[in-house]
Amino acid sequence: MNRRLRAVLARLAQALPVILGVVLVSFLLTRALPGDPAAYFAGDAADAASIEETRVKLGLDRSMPEQFGLYVLQLAQGDLGQSLTTGQPVVEELARRLPASLELTLVALLVSCGIAVPLGVLAATRPGSWVDHACRLLVTAGVSLPTFFTGVALIYVFYYLTGWAPSPLGRLDFIYLEPPSVTGFFLIDAALAGDAETWFAALRQLILPAATLALFTLAPIARMTRAAMLSALSSDYIRTARAAGLTSRKILFGYAFRNALLPVVTTLGMVFSFTLGANVLVEKVFAWPGIGSYAVEALVASDYAAVQGFVLCMALLFVALNLLIDLAYSMIDPRIGFDSK
Amino acid sequence: MNTMTEIPTVAEPQAPPAKSKGALDHVIYVLKDNPVTLLAFAMFAVLMAAAVLGPALVPYDPLATNASEALQPPSAAHWFGTDNLGRDVFSRAIVATRLDLLISVAAVALSFVIGSVLGAAAGYWGGWLDVALSRVLDTIMAFPLFVLAMGIVAAMGNTIENIVYATAIINVPFYARLVRAEVNIRREAGFALAAKLAGNTDVRVLAMHIFPNALPPMMVQVSLNLGWAILNAAGLSFIGLGVRPPTAEWGIMVAEGANFIVSGEWWLAIFPGLCLMFAVFTFNLLGDGLRDMVDPRRRT
Amino acid sequence: MLTIKDLAVSFRTRRGEVNAVRGVSFEVAEGETLGIVGESGSGKSVTSYALMRILDAGGRIKAGEAVYSGVDLKRASEREMQGLRGREISMIFQNPRAALNPIRKVGHQIEDVLRRHARADAQNARAKAIEAMEAVKIRDAEARYDAYPFELSGGMCQRIVCAIALACDPKLLIMDEPTTGLDITTQKAVMELVTELIRERSMSSILITHDLGLAAQYCDRIVVMKDGAIVEAGDPVRLFARPGHPYTRKLVDATPREGASIRELLPAEVRTPEPPRRISDEALLSVRDLVKTYAGKSGPVHAVKGVSFDVKAGQSVGLVGESGCGKSTTSSMVVRLLDPTSGQILFAGEDLAKRPSAGFARDPMRAKIQMVFQDATDSLNPRHTSRQTIAEPLRAMAGLRGRARAERIEELADLVGLPRPLLDRFPHQLSGGQKARVGIARAIAVNPDFLVLDEPTAALDVSIQAIVLNLLVDLRARLGMSYLFVSHDLHVVRLLCDHVVVMKGGEIVEQGPTEQVMTAPADPYTAELLEAAPKPPARDAA
Repeated sequence: MNRRLRAVLARLAQALPVILGVVLVSFLLTRALPGDPAAYFAGDAADAASIEETRVKLGLDRSMPEQFGLYVLQLAQGDLGQSLTTGQPVVEELARRLPASLELTLVALLVSCGIAVPLGVLAATRPGSWVDHACRLLVTAGVSLPTFFTGVALIYVFYYLTGWAPSPLGRLDFIYLEPPSVTGFFLIDAALAGDAETWFAALRQLILPAATLALFTLAPIARMTRAAMLSALSSDYIRTARAAGLTSRKILFGYAFRNALLPVVTTLGMVFSFTLGANVLVEKVFAWPGIGSYAVEALVASDYAAVQGFVLCMALLFVALNLLIDLAYSMIDPRIGFDSK
Repeated sequence: MNTMTEIPTVAEPQAPPAKSKGALDHVIYVLKDNPVTLLAFAMFAVLMAAAVLGPALVPYDPLATNASEALQPPSAAHWFGTDNLGRDVFSRAIVATRLDLLISVAAVALSFVIGSVLGAAAGYWGGWLDVALSRVLDTIMAFPLFVLAMGIVAAMGNTIENIVYATAIINVPFYARLVRAEVNIRREAGFALAAKLAGNTDVRVLAMHIFPNALPPMMVQVSLNLGWAILNAAGLSFIGLGVRPPTAEWGIMVAEGANFIVSGEWWLAIFPGLCLMFAVFTFNLLGDGLRDMVDPRRRT
Repeated sequence: MLTIKDLAVSFRTRRGEVNAVRGVSFEVAEGETLGIVGESGSGKSVTSYALMRILDAGGRIKAGEAVYSGVDLKRASEREMQGLRGREISMIFQNPRAALNPIRKVGHQIEDVLRRHARADAQNARAKAIEAMEAVKIRDAEARYDAYPFELSGGMCQRIVCAIALACDPKLLIMDEPTTGLDITTQKAVMELVTELIRERSMSSILITHDLGLAAQYCDRIVVMKDGAIVEAGDPVRLFARPGHPYTRKLVDATPREGASIRELLPAEVRTPEPPRRISDEALLSVRDLVKTYAGKSGPVHAVKGVSFDVKAGQSVGLVGESGCGKSTTSSMVVRLLDPTSGQILFAGEDLAKRPSAGFARDPMRAKIQMVFQDATDSLNPRHTSRQTIAEPLRAMAGLRGRARAERIEELADLVGLPRPLLDRFPHQLSGGQKARVGIARAIAVNPDFLVLDEPTAALDVSIQAIVLNLLVDLRARLGMSYLFVSHDLHVVRLLCDHVVVMKGGEIVEQGPTEQVMTAPADPYTAELLEAAPKPPARDAA
């Protein structure tokens, strides 16, 4: 146990240089702006005086290392600058919008894992069957689907043609009041408030964007599950288990599936990366008030402080998710903490 | 000749007979063996034709507006209908092929070359080079890649070249890591050591013996990445980065068409979206076909 | 007890149906140990999987009967088979570490079987599992219960596999190459353990192996399989003394055994006298106090701790030891693929240890020292034809090109007995023996004086091993080369070498003339190695 604890601590320590790298890259991105960064941060309508003011405020008149130090200092105080369009601190806006993005992403991931993992297992246990073929078709088609296109197509079918879905504008139809904010997740908040009507309304809004995102993430998870199950099922220890007379169920779930889970968990990191990226597109399509659509609006308005804040926020979120995945991995795999050699 | 050459003739199991003659035979063999690959190649040919000949073949000028014909549903005159400015969606969708392919091919080529060189060197020599490279790659991979591309394009300026650079940068880790791993497992392989014993320098062993053996998985990666690069570029223009209107590009066409979907004018967004899907699907299918082709173990 | 009649097994593959087993019949009586011997691809393992009904996907029993104690194994339902497996018939496998679930505690894996067959319940499972571990002589079973397979040695893993197989007191034990991949002393320990348990519990057993010697030592009766059919059956002494079938005769001949010369490994029809050669008194290679230390995670790892030996011009020296003894590290340093930490490698009077391995490819000495690798498949570039492979050293070191190179390549092919048409094939189109020939041709292409042979026959079937070893003997005499022959197998080394160096734990425990070391070992470890090797019965003079 002690050994595993050390491995976990080592993994946590590994995250530090990565976070430093992320901060450095995001710093460099703000300094890589073509032309005069101060002019960009001051906005299109700025005159020479306000540009100069911005320059001093951002410390752009100092040396690079100094600027970086200043940047880190500001970050440490939770200061990501001010949004040009709204005049609000970027941190506050991101914090307010983050729950919307998280709710969408997590629901989508839960749905896609719930479908993809059983599908991959089924396909692997019956290679060559119709389940297998359906899985392969879905996997290839799934990774070929541009999320924004899927979203648009789903809106056409379920909103325009059939009218089953509510209008694709935001998290809640305007006739409902937002549930009192506890977690920021409408589904949870509405449930806590005991407001079934709002809960269903929020769910109805959520279904299409979540399905869009889930369709996109389905493919890599199903593909990996199938491959991992196939390789696990063909390994020597499965033969040992069969020769010992263990039941098919025990072999499939107790032996093969638990081993197959390891590569699947590893792939989840990559899937998260794709999901967070696709999230931006889906939020734009469904006018979802998350940090993705915030960034898109900021991009259009050349609101760079907001864009950089968003990039940094996403990266830190992703680092945290990867950390969680690796910690989960070390819970399943006893070999963690040993050199593989 | 002498006694010793006769010994071996004693009942040694015969290897499978070698049927293949050359590379072309092998290509034909793989295509015959695998109809899906054949289909992928046919689809690829269609894409290439659209990219090369497209602008010359389309019936309308992709940029010509015609207010009297705005928002026409698909018809014999306008196969994919017309958009809100009366431009022919079919012509725009076909012409867009060239731009979309150019962006993705350029980006993937860049990341292939950079990733291969860095990854091969790190995998073969290891040491500080390896450590430094992994740090850089870890940092790139620490970003959700599409988000990083957004940040890069936003910072470097909203141009098509910058879309290419951004797409290349976010793809480099895939190649570098793949090549690094492939080179690393072969660094101590018997044939690499044997090549050294045969008087080859390290660079030559790496370039002529180890790297070519890493090509099959690379080819698959290239193909899959091409699809992904197209998606990425289209995604960026969908949110208003890189390609600007009125240029015909699939992502931007879907973005413009999306505004009309709620009022039922589906053809604006659906057709360019289908083209995009077709291209990505082709490259994904091609991936597996290419693997069969470059892998000599399948040449039987 | 077990009756197999006309058993035929086929596999569906992409290239149509493949008949892996075609009409095999044998019986196993109560308390009997039957050996099934055959080279790779003979269908011996498939036969056993078929009667356990654990064939891989695509495989099926096509025809024939398999009856165990009145149960028709072919028609029994999957549920019945599951009840039978592990309780009545059990199996142990080769490569024991892979045969265990890597992420489940070994104790739990034993419990799984016990509880499956109702030999234990939740309360006493742990105690019963520890009991089963103690039964296979695992010391400190209580502590090992919580171990994962990766924490255990190969021999210990095989004991766990045995514990799983024997936990429910089966009546029949099938052993599928149980010692392959284990060190020779571990092999012996595992075989002794299993035979003792079989005798104690008066079980029947089937030993599947490629090693005729091993089967002869432990089995009451042997069937020899080739290409999915049985060619001969009989008791081991008779089989060795008077093999009836030509294939059995070839196998018996090719099995290295005490007293047989290298030529006697070949079928009598093609034996030629061993060519004479000259061994000079001068040392061609002198290794002095060679040390290799790696930086490990937990302190330095001393792979080689000061090794000294000589190889005279024309002499063959065997370097023998078990895995991890430092023999491969030593040979890598000698061929200059690895830099020693300290010590000298004097070759023709020059200290090669002073020349860094990184730039040795361009050294004029490079052509003098060459190597034949262990795994012929791994050592050939899969993207190069035999011709390209052999051309490499000619291009880089001899500077030959065009016609001269083509002629030299064909000359070399003739020399190693590789039919010329095979020169244009890729490695995957060649058999194991042919690949070995390509590897040898490449090594001798530039007329080296000194050849390091790193277990060149370890991956080959015995009949091919016999041919390759004899080829090496011929080439040595013809080209006047010296060999450093690295091997784990003293019996193979004896055939080829004049002098033997025995290594253990990075040190030389004994060295001397081969006959002396083999007949009167001075070190107990050498004696242990000799003792552990299977001893096939004698062969009647053919």
